[in-house]
Formats: sequence, structure tokens, C-alpha cells
Amino acid sequence: MSIIKLRVNQENFELEVTDDMPLLWALRDVIGLTGTKYGCGIGQCGACTVHVNGNPVRSCLMTAADAEGQEITTIEGLAAGGELDILQQVWIDKDVAQCGYCQAGQIMSAAALLASNKKPSDEDIDSAMSGNYCRCGTYIRVREAIHSASQFYDASREATS
Amino acid sequence: MSDKLTRSIVRSLQDHKLDRRTFLKLGGISGAGFVLASALPNTTNAADNPSLVGSVDLNAYVSVGEDGKIVILSGTPEMGQGIKTSLPMIVAEEMGANWDDVTVVQTSIVDTDKYGKQGTGGSYTVNANFNLMRQMGATARDMFLSAGALSMELPKQELKAENSVVFHPSSGQSRTFRELVAIAYKQPVPAIEDLVFKGRQEYRIIGTAKSQVDSLEIVTGLGDFGIDTRVPGMLYGAYVKSPSVGGKLISANIEEIRREPGIIDAYLIKGNGEPRELMDGVGIVGTSTWAVFKAKEKVRARWDETLASRDSWTGFKKYAESIDSSTGDREVVSRGEVDQVFSDDSNSVIDSFYEFPYVSHMCLEPMNCTAHFKPGTNGSKDHLEVWLPTQNGPRFQTVAEKLYGLSKAQLTINIKRMGGSFGRRTSFEYACEAIELSKRSGKPVNLTWSREDSIKHDYFRVGGFQKLRAAINADNQVVGWEEHAICVEQKGKLAIGSGFRDGAFPLSNFPTARGTMTLTEMNTLVGPWRAPWSNTHAFVTQCFIHEIAVATGRDHAELLLEMLGEPRWLEEGNIRTMNTGRSADVIRLATEKAGWGREMPAGRGLGLSFYFCHAAHIAEVAEVSVDENKKLTVHKVTVAVDVGPIVNMSGALNQVQGSVIDGLSTMVGQKITMENGIIEQTNFHQYPVLRIAAAPDVEVHFIQSDNEPTGLGEPGLPPLAPAVANAIFAATGERVRKMPLVEEGFSV
Repeated sequence: MSIIKLRVNQENFELEVTDDMPLLWALRDVIGLTGTKYGCGIGQCGACTVHVNGNPVRSCLMTAADAEGQEITTIEGLAAGGELDILQQVWIDKDVAQCGYCQAGQIMSAAALLASNKKPSDEDIDSAMSGNYCRCGTYIRVREAIHSASQFYDASREATS
Repeated sequence: MSDKLTRSIVRSLQDHKLDRRTFLKLGGISGAGFVLASALPNTTNAADNPSLVGSVDLNAYVSVGEDGKIVILSGTPEMGQGIKTSLPMIVAEEMGANWDDVTVVQTSIVDTDKYGKQGTGGSYTVNANFNLMRQMGATARDMFLSAGALSMELPKQELKAENSVVFHPSSGQSRTFRELVAIAYKQPVPAIEDLVFKGRQEYRIIGTAKSQVDSLEIVTGLGDFGIDTRVPGMLYGAYVKSPSVGGKLISANIEEIRREPGIIDAYLIKGNGEPRELMDGVGIVGTSTWAVFKAKEKVRARWDETLASRDSWTGFKKYAESIDSSTGDREVVSRGEVDQVFSDDSNSVIDSFYEFPYVSHMCLEPMNCTAHFKPGTNGSKDHLEVWLPTQNGPRFQTVAEKLYGLSKAQLTINIKRMGGSFGRRTSFEYACEAIELSKRSGKPVNLTWSREDSIKHDYFRVGGFQKLRAAINADNQVVGWEEHAICVEQKGKLAIGSGFRDGAFPLSNFPTARGTMTLTEMNTLVGPWRAPWSNTHAFVTQCFIHEIAVATGRDHAELLLEMLGEPRWLEEGNIRTMNTGRSADVIRLATEKAGWGREMPAGRGLGLSFYFCHAAHIAEVAEVSVDENKKLTVHKVTVAVDVGPIVNMSGALNQVQGSVIDGLSTMVGQKITMENGIIEQTNFHQYPVLRIAAAPDVEVHFIQSDNEPTGLGEPGLPPLAPAVANAIFAATGERVRKMPLVEEGFSV
């Protein structure tokens, strides 16, 4: 067991974990942020996707110890200042979810995509979202929602330019 | 829903957590009809009010606050099928509520006397609750109309309620629900037989597209899933069972497990031998899910496998392939002179043999339950609280009584949102395992299965084999139909989901048809999986009808229509039976919309299928291309559905799109095998789910007939596999008679 310091959603946490504990379980069971979901533990399903320094990472494959000193964002931290991210709002408006379990991971992958590519094509989306399973089959709306969000990002960029 | 971007504030989530004490309760059901109860601070206690005697404890589906906010309860569990949104939409419709004023809250207790059926499944939840929900809404509306009549001094029969307003169309006078609420709750409760329901042309909410009521919680990570349950003092739990079902625990290295990091305790637990309740196992409690998962890997247990499963998929397959006869020993349907048409030399006979594997539920949220068992003290009774993702809370009451002697009063059941179920969360072994750990540790325990547990100990969709033959006359008409399913038997009964039933098309309607089964014992656990038995029966029969069309040089759609016969209900007045006219309508619509019959380039084809199940008539056309490396692209699936009126258009579309993608996912790459009783797949790397790039466009056309509304959680799935398999044939000339496709050399 060691004491580590994690910075999650712009807050600092000090926690005692075993050296092998994945970031996923440190977030869920130690810090108490349960929005990040466990699906497979082997990096296949993407339900546990979080951002580490802005990059999408499967938190089941990275140890909490290795995340020390990095900027971690979870689904709970996506709504900065209490305001929903455009993606989250579009996800609601498009009624993307069915069971909803994979959607935090889907949204985190989509947010990372839009951060680097404001106008993704279908192929860009398929590639960026390929690590996220949806057993309910919401892929059509996931695609639509990302396109829709990219238009709003576009509009807000034009408005500020 | 609109595309207009209206940003909400996350903090508004707090506003959704309504303080129910400030609400008036309106409506409720009992043998006596509807009552209402007041919980307003300034009003008479309902129990003291002569007109409201006994009403406080009666169930209330509708509450209206002093601020005009409306709370509608959801009595049935949500698993992604959208019921938590669609049933309250029906209430709000009849009530004349503005949907924006409505908050939906899951019932906090399981009580079928108060809330009616509190289970979900079989795609019947909308149908089973439609009238109850209408009654709830209409009762509330009637009381608001009475209040409006008093307040405006106008005749009640001249008033209407819409958008949370009672208004008088001819004079333009109106009162909002908010203005009327204090009067409304004092109004007499109408008798059920006096209620008047809206006509379809008056609907303002039913038939529109609404985002799920939990969308905000889902996209912010604050969803109400069972696995996320956190209770003060809670431990995390895991449970190790016999690798092959039925093994009895002899011993395990408990002392060693107790010394593992983060482990509080470990136990040897005796089960009752019922896999859906409690099997022998090693229980572990610790300080995190990770700690108990790691410790589980260290468990070295000895199992007495005398009675454990020795199932072998290859053995089952060999047995099935050794069966020659077109007729099995157990008859399900026999109609007309079947033997005669097949032995008639003027008829030709086409036959075929199909194979489909066991598949897993793969709910993305693994099985879990949080339990807190509090032993009675000083004469008080034991109490059990569970946080349970389940399709059937009432059935858990029965299990808790049977296993632990707990009455309903000794139980608190928190029904949690399910991260997928598809029929899986209908057993209670994960709940019983959590209860055992809580009893022994004295703490609340969140027991979570790993992905590996969730596969190994699944109740699979049963695999099987099927022989089919058809007799064809000189005019290329089908004059005889026979199916023989090689099925699984468990404890002397046909296993859940195995084979077919007599209501299955075309056995259900074809004048000369026989359906039989041959049963063989397999002990691997099986259970309901999205559209039980239909999900395999549609594949074998709807591919075979296409085989007949090809062999006879006939158009597939035309042959299907001919096999349906004259438009009729197979059983008049029973909406759970097929109507051949509705069937023909969906076939015509799907083929028309998909451009059936158009010229296709080489390597590209259209495939059609039709199926009837769960009271739904559905036809699907898949447009597929296959390249020289057998890489498959499903471009588009066109679906025509008749399930009567649609309640939530967004939810209905979601269910059909999802069923199509789930059906494709299953047919492409999923197969569970077992040898010597051990399930051979362990995680997603050996059991892949379809990824986004392979998801086709899905175009859905609803025929909103005047029949009763029925559900869509399942029926979109069965026709998908045959539509794709038939399209593969159209594109390549290769007939697919086995699933999954990857074993036939295809990829996506």
C-alpha cells in the first residue's frame, strides 16, 4: 500500500492504494466517483474511459499510481463550472442512451475527439469511438450526436471570432 | 426534444430530488377506485378527513406540488427499454399535463397490491400497464376538472385539461393546475367505470419523441445503477463458484485469502443447490472491488464435481448431426396431411439443416447487488435492505421468504436502474450471494461479479440445431412444411428458449405443417435472452423460406405473402396471435421502402425477412455487400413495424435500431462453447460486441394501427439475422446456415 496524490476534476485527493490498483477502482471505490464504469477490466469495452491530460484513457488499464501528477477528468468533471458540456446537452436532446451504462465512456471518447477535431467525418468518428462498446446498439445516435455537437462547437466558435 | 441547445445546469439535478412531503398525492388504485391523500402542511391530515379515510397508505402514481410540479411514479424497472419514460407519458397524456412539469420518480417500494405488476419483460410492459396508466392520468384530470368547475363557476363538462391548464374553450377562461391544486385534491375520486379516455386524435404527448427521463443523470455520471450503490459502512464483495455448474464446495484456502491486501474476511458458504438462488461458494469481503477481485484469483477451492455439468458443445453438435429423421419424437404442432404431401411423388422436397450457438447476455453492467442484513434485536425482527438491479422485484420477495423466512414487511427493496438486462436479471443468485456476505460480515455489502464471472455464470441463450423441409408442388407452391428442432432438456423439461412454440410463423398458420422436437440433456444454465426462442427460430425459418424462393425461382416477398394466406387473426380477439393482414402490410411496406427488386451491383444484395413475436409484426430488409475477402458491410436495414400506436417515438426508434444492431452483433461474432462443463470464453476478447464502424443505418417505418399498443424491446431482433443471411446469399450465392458468421469466414 502506498499513499498517492491524484488530481481529479481539478480537485486534489490523497489516497492509500495498492500499487496495482487500476485508476478505475481508485476513482470508484476510494474517491467515490462512480460515473466511470467497470465493464471488462481488459481495455476492450471503453466503459471506463477518462481523460488523462486530455487524452482518452481506459482507466482499467492504468494504475492509480501511474496517474499521479497528471490531470484526470472524469464524466463528473466534464460539466465545467456546473454547466453541461455541449456534448452532454446534445446527448440529452438526441436521447442517445438506452440502458445508459456505456454512455459516460462514449461521451468521454467523443469529447477527446472533438477537442482535437472540431469537424469529424463519419470515418473519424468510427475510428475515435471504436474502443467503446454499446451492447444496446446506440451507435447510430452516438454518431448523430457527435456531428450535432460539432455544429454547435462551430457556431460558438464563429460567435466568438 | 429539440435541436435547440438549451444548456441545463448540473446543479439543477438537486432540484429534481424533490421533497415529496411538500406534494399532494393524487390518484391511486385500490379495489374501491381512486383516492387522493394530502400531505400539505396546512391541510387536514388525510387520515382524519372522513372523505379520505384510509387513503394515506394507498398507492399514488401522481402527485402535484403547490408549485404545480407533477411527480409521476414509475412502478416498473428500467433496463434501457425506456419504460420509465413511456408509462409516465401515458399518465401525463390522460392527465392533460405539460410534460415539462413532470418529474418521474421510481417507486421506493415493491408492493403489487398498490402498484400493480412491478416486473418487466416479454415486451409486454407497455401493454400490461396501458389501461392502468390511463386510469391514473384520467383520474387526476377529472379531479382538476372538478376543481376548475368550482373555481371558475362553469359546468365541468364544458372544461378541458391540456398543458397543465384547465380551460373553458368557448369563453377562454382558464386556471392552471398550480392554481387549482389545493382545490383538486378535495374533489371526489371518480369511479373507474366513469373515466373517459382521450381518443388518439387528441393525443399531445403519446406518439411524440421524448428524451429518457434519466438522460441528465446518465450523461453526468450520476445515474442510479446498482453497481454504483454506496452505503455508509459498506464493504465490497465477491463470490467464487464451481467452474462447472453443480459442483459442491469441499474446502478452500480461506486463511490465505483473509491475509490478502484489502481483505476483511472470507467464508465457505453452503448453497441450496438452486443456481437461480444460492450455490456453494467462497465469499470474500474487502475494502474495494479491486481487492476482492484480486483475492478471488488466489482462491484455491476443491469441488466435488460428481453432480457438476459435463456438457460439451462438440458432443451436442455430433449428436444433432447424427439425427437423420425429419420428424422428432415430441410433437408441438401437426396440421393437415403432412406425411402425404411429402410422400407424394408429384411434389418435390427441399430440405436444410441449421445451427446456432449458445450466446451470452453481456449486459455491460455486470451482475451485482448491495445487501444489508440487520438481525433483529430485543424482539424486533430481522430486516433486509437490498439495492437490486432486477426485472422482477416481486419475485425477489418470494425468494427472500423462501430462503430467509423474511416477510414483505421485513424487506426494503430498492429497484435500481439496470445497465442492460435482456432477460438476464430475472434470477437472484447475485442477490443471495450479497445477502450471505452481509449476514456474515454484519455490514452492507456491494457484491459485484467480474466480467469473467458474468460470462462463466451466465444463463445463456441456448444453442441448437434444426432440420427443415418443404414440399413443393408443380406450380412451385409450398404445400407442406416441417420443422424438427434438436433441443435442450433440463430437469425433464424443455429448456427456456429452446426450440419453438406452436404460435411461431409459419407453423402457426400454414395449413399443412408439422413441428417436432428431439430433446437431449444439457446442464449449462440457460435463460431468457432477448426474444427467447424467436431469436433463433426466425433465423432458421426465414432463411429457409428464402431457400425455397431461390430453389423455385420465385420472389421471396411474393412467396411470403402467399404463405400467409388470407388476412385474418389466427385467434380473433387475441393480440398476442399473428394477424396475417398486419403481417402482409409490414412486408409490403418494408420492401417498398427498401427498393426491393431493384438491380444491385455485383457483390451487393438485398435480403428480406418477416417475423411475428411479442405481439409485433415486423419485416426487415438488409442491404449488404461482401468483398472478395468475405468482408461484410451491412449498409442499411429497412424496418417496417406494426405494434399499434407508438407511445414514445424516440424510445421506439431506439429499441428498433438497437435490436437491429444487437442482432447483427450477435450473428457476426458471438458464440459460447463449453467442454467438460466449463465455459470456454472468458471476456470480450473472445466474445466481441459489434463496434460502431460496423453499425448500419437503420430506417424504421411504423404502421400505427388501431390495435392495442405493445412493446418493442425484443421483436426487432429476430428478423435481423435472416435478413442479413438472405442478403449475403443475394450478394454472393453463398448460403449461411450457421451462426456466427466469423466461423463461416466472414468479417466486418
